[in-house]
Amino acid sequence: MGRYVARRLGQMVIVLIGATMVLFACLFVLPGDPVGSIAGSDKARDPAVVAELKARYGLDKSLPEQYVNYVAKVATGDLGEDFVQRREVSDILAPKLQNTAKLALLAIALVTVFGMGVGIIAALYRYSILDMATTFFTTMAVGFPTFVIGMLLMKYFAVELQWFPQLGGDKLEGMVLPAVTLAVTDIAFVARLTRGTMLEVLRADYVKTAVAKGLPRRRVLFKHVLRNSSIPVVTYLGISFGALLGGALITEAIFNWDGVGLALVQAIQQQNNPIVIGVVTYSVAIFVVLSLIVDLLYAALDPRIRLS
Amino acid sequence: MPRDNISKQDEGGGVTTSEILSVAETGGGSAVPLLEVDNLQVEFKTRDGVAKAVNGVSYSVSAGETLAVLGESGSGKSVTAQAIMGILDSPPGRVSGGEVRFHGKDILKMSDEERRKLRGNKMAMIFQDALSSLNPVYSVGDQLGEMFRVHRGASKKDAKLKAIELMDRVKIPAAKARVGDYPHQFSGGMRQRIMIAMALALEPDLIIADEPTTALDVTVQAQVMDLLAELQREMNMGLILITHDLGVVADVADKIAVMYAGRIVETAPVHEIYKRPSHPYTRGLLDSIPRLDQKGQELYAIKGLPPNLLRIPAGCAFSPRCPKAQDICRTEIPVLHPVTEQDGTELPGRGSACHFWKEQIHG
Amino acid sequence: MSELATSPAIGDENPVSSASAPAEPRPKQLSQWGEIRHRFVQNKLAVVGLFIIAALFLTAAFGEMLAPFDPAAQDLENTLASPNGTHWMGTDALGRDMFSRLIAGTRVAMFVGLASIFFAVLIGVALGAIAGYFAGFADTLVMRIADVFLAFPLMIGAVVIILVTGRGITPVIISLAIFSWATVSRLLRSSILSVREMDYVHAAKALGASGWRIVRTHILPNSMTAVLVYATFNVGTTIVGVAALSFLGAGVPVDVPEWGNMLAAGQGFIGVNDYLWVFPSLFVVVTVLGFAFVGDGLRDALDPKLR
Repeated sequence: MGRYVARRLGQMVIVLIGATMVLFACLFVLPGDPVGSIAGSDKARDPAVVAELKARYGLDKSLPEQYVNYVAKVATGDLGEDFVQRREVSDILAPKLQNTAKLALLAIALVTVFGMGVGIIAALYRYSILDMATTFFTTMAVGFPTFVIGMLLMKYFAVELQWFPQLGGDKLEGMVLPAVTLAVTDIAFVARLTRGTMLEVLRADYVKTAVAKGLPRRRVLFKHVLRNSSIPVVTYLGISFGALLGGALITEAIFNWDGVGLALVQAIQQQNNPIVIGVVTYSVAIFVVLSLIVDLLYAALDPRIRLS
Repeated sequence: MPRDNISKQDEGGGVTTSEILSVAETGGGSAVPLLEVDNLQVEFKTRDGVAKAVNGVSYSVSAGETLAVLGESGSGKSVTAQAIMGILDSPPGRVSGGEVRFHGKDILKMSDEERRKLRGNKMAMIFQDALSSLNPVYSVGDQLGEMFRVHRGASKKDAKLKAIELMDRVKIPAAKARVGDYPHQFSGGMRQRIMIAMALALEPDLIIADEPTTALDVTVQAQVMDLLAELQREMNMGLILITHDLGVVADVADKIAVMYAGRIVETAPVHEIYKRPSHPYTRGLLDSIPRLDQKGQELYAIKGLPPNLLRIPAGCAFSPRCPKAQDICRTEIPVLHPVTEQDGTELPGRGSACHFWKEQIHG
Repeated sequence: MSELATSPAIGDENPVSSASAPAEPRPKQLSQWGEIRHRFVQNKLAVVGLFIIAALFLTAAFGEMLAPFDPAAQDLENTLASPNGTHWMGTDALGRDMFSRLIAGTRVAMFVGLASIFFAVLIGVALGAIAGYFAGFADTLVMRIADVFLAFPLMIGAVVIILVTGRGITPVIISLAIFSWATVSRLLRSSILSVREMDYVHAAKALGASGWRIVRTHILPNSMTAVLVYATFNVGTTIVGVAALSFLGAGVPVDVPEWGNMLAAGQGFIGVNDYLWVFPSLFVVVTVLGFAFVGDGLRDALDPKLR
C-alpha cells in the first residue's frame, strides 16, 4: 500500500507540472498581449508604461524563467498580484473559493443522497413503476445541459413561484437553485450507476451465499450488497466532487454566484491573467488531489486492489 | 389444484419416489427421515413462457446418509436444492407445488423468518465456485464469524476465535495467521474448505453440496470430498450431493437419484446402479465415463441436447435422445416404477421411470 | 428500455436451454454487420435518435431553403414579437426571426460539434494506438500527457484557449478537441491492451504476421468499438460545449446565429419572453438526446456484453 501511495503521489506531481506548463504555454506562447488590458488601448499605449508593467509582473524574463518563478511562488501559496485591482490573487480568490466549496458540498450531498437513494430503490424494486420512472429520468437527463436546467429552475422556482431568490446570496435559500442545477445531471448518472451495479451485485453468487447463511435480509443488503456496489459509485462521486470544487462556470454565471467559476469568466473578459492562472491552477490541483483520494478510497474499499 | 392433477398422475404407479427411496434406509427404522421432498414443483417465469424446472420430484435423506443427485445442467437438480434451502431467485422462480418436510414439518408453509432461522443453522449449502461465492471485500474470518454473530449472537472477538477453530477443523494451515486474509488470497482448494467450514459452522443437520468439487483441480477434488465425507460422519449429518460426476458419487454416496428435465428418472442404492442401471439415460451416463480398461475405444456420448424446459417433449422427456424409444415413449409420461428382479423379488430402494425398465435391467 | 426485458439467469442452471432455444424468425447466417444492425433497430430509442440525427443533418445542409427569413435580417419595428403565424418562434431583441436563426444555428452546431469530435478522435486514436501497441516508454509518455489534459475540466481548459485566441469558430473547435482527445486515447489503449491478449492476435503473430499488419487488420478494428460509441455519444456533449462556451461569452462571435449565443441573449428575459431561451434549449436538448440514443444503441448493438 505504501508503495502504491508513493507511486500515485509521484504521478500526481508530474500531472501538476505538466498541467501548469500547458497553461503557461497557452497564455504566453500563443499570440496575445498579456498586459494589453492594463496598459490601456492601443492608441494611448506608452512603451515606457508597458515596459514597466512587464517588469512588474516579471513578463520581461524568458519563458522558462517565468515558469520557474511562478511554480516557486505557487508552491508557497503566493499567486501574485492581479492586473485589475492590483491585489494579491490569493486574497481575491479566498472568499470565492469558500463560496464555490459551499455550493459543491451542497450539490454533492444532493447527488449522494438522491442519486444513490433512487438507484438503490430502483434496483430493489426492479420493473416497478418507480424503476421505470428512474430509467426514464436517467435516460432523459443526459439531454439537459446545465444552462437549460439552470434557466428552467430559475423560471419556475425563482420567477414564478418565488420560493428562492433569482440570484444567489449568502443565505441557504440562495444556494438551493444553483446546487440543484449542478446536481441534477449527476443525480441521474449516479442513480443509473447505482442501479446497474446493485443489480449486478444482487445476482452475484456471494449474495446467494449470504442468503443461504440465514442472514436477515437487511444484513444481506447493507453488509454484502451495498459495500460491493458502492465501489464504482464512490469513485464517480469523488471525481464529480473534484470537478464541482474546481468551479462551476455556467451555474455560477447564471445565478451570479460569487465563486471561482464566475471569477474565471470575469477574469477572462478582462484579460486578467494572474486570476486566470490562479483559478486554473487551483481547479487542476483540486481535481488531481481528489482523483488521488478516490484511488486510495477505492483501494481501501476493495482488498483485491489494495493487495495486488 | 394443478398440484392435485400432477400428483395423481405421478402416483399412478402407486408408489412415490420417497417411498421407494426410504426403503433403502439402513436398518429400516421407522423414524421420520431428516428431509423428505414430496412431489416438489418449481416454475420459472421467463419472457417466453413458464419453464417447469422441477416437475414432481420426491426424495428423502436421513441423518448420516448421503444422497447423490445426478443430472446434466438444466435437469433441475440445483433448483430443487435451492427450493429446499429457500433461496430460489424469486421472481422469476416459484415453488408451485409439493411439500418439503424437514424433521417431519413442511417448511414450505413456514414464514420467511422461520425459514431464515433454519438456513445456516439447521440446513446449510456448499456452492460450486468458492471464489465467487465468498464476498471479495470481507475477510474469511469475518464471513465465517458472521454465522456465529447472526445465529448465536456471539461477540466480534468470540466469532473470530470460532472462525479460527473452524479453519483448523477443515485443515487450513496457519489458521490463526490467515483468519484476516481475503478469499482471493487462498488457493481454490483452501477456498472450498472455507465454504465447507462456513456450512458446517453451526453443525447443521442437513448439508446440500452443489457440485462442491467441480471447480477444483482433480488432485484437490479427492481431498475436499474426503474432508466433507469425514466431517459428515463425525457430525452425523444428512448430505445431499449434487453432481454430474458419477466418479465422485461412487465413493461417498449411499443412494442415487438421477434427474432429467425436472423429474427423477431412476433411483437406486449406489453400488447397484453401476452394475445394472434400469433407465437408458443412466446407461448413457455410465457409458460416457472414460474407462481405463477400454483405452483406445471411442467414447460414448448421449446424442442430442437436454430439452428446452419451455418445450418439454411429450411423453418421456428423454425419448428424442433415447436409442430405444418406442411409440409409447412419445405419448405417455412414464412414472417411477419399483424395480424388481425377474422373478418379482423387490429390489429395495430401486425405481425407474422408463416404460421399458424390465428390458433395460434384465435384457 | 429494452434492457428491462432480458430474461434473468437462474443460478448456474438455466432452465431455458439456449442451445435448443426456439427458432427466432431470423436466418442464422447473418453477417456480423447484419447482426449488429438487427440489434440496433430493435432498440426503439436508437431508431428515434437516428431520425433526429438525420433531421439535423438535413437542416444543417438545406437550412437556407427551410428558413422563412434571413437569419441576420433585423426588423427593429418588430422586436421581441411572441411566436405567431409569421414568426413561428418569435423574434429577438433586434427583430430577427428566431426560427430562421435556430435553423442557421443547427449548421453551426453540427459543423463545430462534428469537427471537434473528428479532431479529438484523430489525435486520440493516433496517440492511443501508439501507447497501446508499443507499450513501454511510449505508453507511459502518452498516458502521462493524457493525464495532464484530463486534469483540466473541459470548460475551464477550453475557456483558457479562447481567452488567448479570441472568439471564433476555429478556436472553439480546437479548444474542445484539445481537451477531449485524452479520453479517446485512454479508451483505445485499454481496449487494445485487452484485444492484444486475445487468442486470434496470438495466432496471427504465431503465423508470422507483421506488427503493423496485426495492428491494422486485427487490433484496430476490434478496439475501435469503444471509440465509435464514445464519439457518437459525445457529439451531443460537444455541441453542448459549443453552446456553453458561447453562453459564457467565450465561444463563437456574438453576431453568429448560434444556439449558445441565443441562449445567452434569452437569459435576460426569463419569465418575460421565455420563448427566447425555451426554443434554443429545445434544439439543444433534442440534439443531445438524439446522439445519446444512437450512442447507447450502438453500444448495445456492437457489444451486447457491455450492458
